[in-house]
Amino acid sequence: MTLRKPIASGSDWNFEVLDTFEREIARLADEYRLDTYPNQIEVITSEQMMDAYASVGMPVGYHHWSFGKQFLAVEQAYRRGQMGLAYELVINSDPCIAYLMEENTLMMQVLVMAHACYGHNSFFKGNYLFRTWTDASSIIDYLVFARKYVAECEERHGVQAVEQLLDACHALQNYGVDRYKRPSPISAAEEAQRQKEREAYLQAQVNTLWRTIPNLSGSEPEEALPNDDDPLGLHQHQRYPPEPQENLLYFIEKNAPLLAPWQREIVRIVRKLAQYFYPQRQTQVMNEGWATFWHYTLMHRMFDDGLVDEGLMLEFLQSHTAVVNQPDFDSPLYGGINPYALGFAMFSDIKRICQSPTDEDREWFPDTADSDWLETLHFAMRNFKDESFIQQFLSPKVIRDLKLFSVVDDDQEEMLEVSAIHDERGYQRVREALSVQYALSVREPNIQVYAADIRGDRSLTLRHIQDRRRPLAKSVYPVIRHLHQLWGFTVKLESLEEGEVVRRYQWPLPEEGRRDST
Amino acid sequence: MTYFIDRRANAKHKSAVNRQRFLDRYRTHIKRSVEEAVNRRSITDMERGEKVSIPARDISEPVFQHGPGGERTIVAPGNKEFVEGDRLRRPGGGGGGGAGEGSASNQGEGMDEFAFSLTREEFLDFVFDGLELPHLERKQLKDLDEVRPVRAGISRDGVPARINIVRSMREAHARRIAMRAPIRRALREAQEALDAEERKDAVLRNPTRIAELKAEIERLEKRLEAVPFIDTYDLRYNNLTNQPQPSNKAVMFCIMDVSGSMTQAHKDIAKRFFLLLYLFLERNYEKVELVFVRHHTAAKEVDEEEFFYSRETGGTIVSSALTLVDEIIADRYPAGQWNLYVAQASDGDNWDDDSTTCRDLLLKSLMPRLQYFTYVEITPHAHQALWEEYETVAARFPSRFAMRQIVEGNDIYPVFRELFRRREEA
Repeated sequence: MTLRKPIASGSDWNFEVLDTFEREIARLADEYRLDTYPNQIEVITSEQMMDAYASVGMPVGYHHWSFGKQFLAVEQAYRRGQMGLAYELVINSDPCIAYLMEENTLMMQVLVMAHACYGHNSFFKGNYLFRTWTDASSIIDYLVFARKYVAECEERHGVQAVEQLLDACHALQNYGVDRYKRPSPISAAEEAQRQKEREAYLQAQVNTLWRTIPNLSGSEPEEALPNDDDPLGLHQHQRYPPEPQENLLYFIEKNAPLLAPWQREIVRIVRKLAQYFYPQRQTQVMNEGWATFWHYTLMHRMFDDGLVDEGLMLEFLQSHTAVVNQPDFDSPLYGGINPYALGFAMFSDIKRICQSPTDEDREWFPDTADSDWLETLHFAMRNFKDESFIQQFLSPKVIRDLKLFSVVDDDQEEMLEVSAIHDERGYQRVREALSVQYALSVREPNIQVYAADIRGDRSLTLRHIQDRRRPLAKSVYPVIRHLHQLWGFTVKLESLEEGEVVRRYQWPLPEEGRRDST
Repeated sequence: MTYFIDRRANAKHKSAVNRQRFLDRYRTHIKRSVEEAVNRRSITDMERGEKVSIPARDISEPVFQHGPGGERTIVAPGNKEFVEGDRLRRPGGGGGGGAGEGSASNQGEGMDEFAFSLTREEFLDFVFDGLELPHLERKQLKDLDEVRPVRAGISRDGVPARINIVRSMREAHARRIAMRAPIRRALREAQEALDAEERKDAVLRNPTRIAELKAEIERLEKRLEAVPFIDTYDLRYNNLTNQPQPSNKAVMFCIMDVSGSMTQAHKDIAKRFFLLLYLFLERNYEKVELVFVRHHTAAKEVDEEEFFYSRETGGTIVSSALTLVDEIIADRYPAGQWNLYVAQASDGDNWDDDSTTCRDLLLKSLMPRLQYFTYVEITPHAHQALWEEYETVAARFPSRFAMRQIVEGNDIYPVFRELFRRREEA
């Protein structure tokens, strides 16, 4: 055992001590090749933490009542003692901003630094989704731009008008992301500069799109316009858009006939922010697992090097255990699978497979077994998202440890059926099912823009491809009402099952529509 | 590379705007909750915030979601006894909840309600939203005895504590310039004359004149130095004068009938009414004093405890209380300094011939001095003589006399709101 020379003892902290700890963590993290953005560690009060929490992790945000609601919910939960406030809050930006709460004990501060400033931070910098979809260096600038722009709009057009628009956009923000195409980088300076230009250009484009007068009588098709005027081929009789569009907000921004330029810009802002958060929604298990794995590893390294004393370590272990606790499905505390627990178990298990594989591991992970664990871990962190990570790395041992099982709930059957458990026959299927459970494309209904009737009644038609006969929840009506507000004309939504339309939704409701038009 | 930033000194309440927006948006919901709370709450209980619940569906932010139905596979941890192929009943009968995204609330309070807390201030804002004190235009300045010292320019006299340093130094500077200028001029002339004399050829010089001029210069320089840097004459003082001002003090008289016919339930209702009025006055005046007067056949000034909780029996003579109030006003609360409010609660019983006495007392003596008189009659029965006599008073002072009937506890807040509703300026 090394001679223990703890940097500090007790639970009080000060800036020198934090600084020393930070340098030690940085040194160790470097040994483990954790590549991070520079850290900006902000010490704040619990009230400020509540503020930060309420704005869904944006250090500057535009004003909206929903953030107020969030704030009240957090405050209430905190007061009732239901929720320990914000274990950590870290922002995917360059420099990476992490918050330390002043009330935290020394152990907590060290833990949060290891977890957020080196765990999450290296994940943000390394994972392919973040590399592809977010621009850490410009996000803060963009948020500032967004806040200013929204505030200006409120001044010019009234708080209410902006609020209604934001409500509508928020309802659709999960459908405001490009899933396959890398979005162009955002930068506040350019954004502000180009925004005027874009306004004019967009409007011109929309004008072209809607130039034809609605032709209800279905008389002769207009002559095709010369190609220059009609780059999109809108005036040939084809469906518009020619391909279904998955990015609803983008489609609205570019095509909605009645939006004013400032409204398009706000749609764009919501869309850009949704895009920014898109990778986070897809990498919950990995991100938390990665950060938890590293705070665990780094804390143990510091203990081994004699930098922390037993008291701090015990406090740490207690806290760590609470974080990775996974209540059973039948426990009153059960609230779904704990991403910290699953992620931590998986990353730890990958390390185990690399270092001391069993025969089972060799059979399941021939490539991973006996490889360099650090290399493999970094590879896993960089190249996967939750869905594929589970598909690739969920080992029989983790399934056994967590006693995972899958249940099929089919509304045509009277009973639920246990389809697989943690046994030889079940591993593969449990893994499959859990992977699907984390796939955003399955978690969220698949809805795309199918057609905009640009020559007829200007209605917009969306198509929902049902997945295993799962219908839409009742919230569909409020959402298409919001969509109607953006589009300005009738919005239709069709649910398809195996190519056949099984349900239709419409807003305004058909009867009302008739009454309105007469 | 890492740097620490201490943000603790930065503004908190960054979410205040968003919070306010939320409260504004759900104003009607919150108001309804507040109304219920006011009626439900015990009397000493107004001094805190309130937990408000809003049905979650009313404030949900809808998104496209999967509804119940169809086929889904759920993976869960903690299998104990199941084996593959086991069939089990659906829990709760519903078609399986959302997969994975479990969001069970911990205790009791279901997710159907969105609950949050209003602060005391916010709560009272909602309680008194849209209400105003009638006749709040404060009394004419001339019959006000209340004064307040206000700054009134600069004066030459005053106490050292109020010296206005800048003004004093400026005066001194000006005085120094004024007093030195002629001396300097004379000095300059003397110097020039001396120089001219000395430039002359040595034989032409007049030694006496030179000596004279030198003496003159010396004398002038002495005078120049003798001009004082600061003089009592320069001192300026901040002047304060006493300005009459509208009184910011109010006194509220609570009059309650404690004769045998008033039950504890009646008293509770009365107490809540008094309390609402008290809180309301407190928001409008810097200082509110309370005077409790209870009466049966005779009136007595008592403390709060006795007012609400001791029991008395006997007949009812309302005028005894009014007379006492009149005396107390004359004695302790001169109308020039105090805003006077009277709230009376009774079950309407009174000795028949006493009611006219009450009316006369009010019309002649009390009403001219009061800001506002409210009378609540807590009875489910028909009105008696007192009510009718008061109606004539109300007719004479429509803007300063109000009377309402309360039948049960739930009426208090609506009646209160009605009494103090903001009247739109025509």
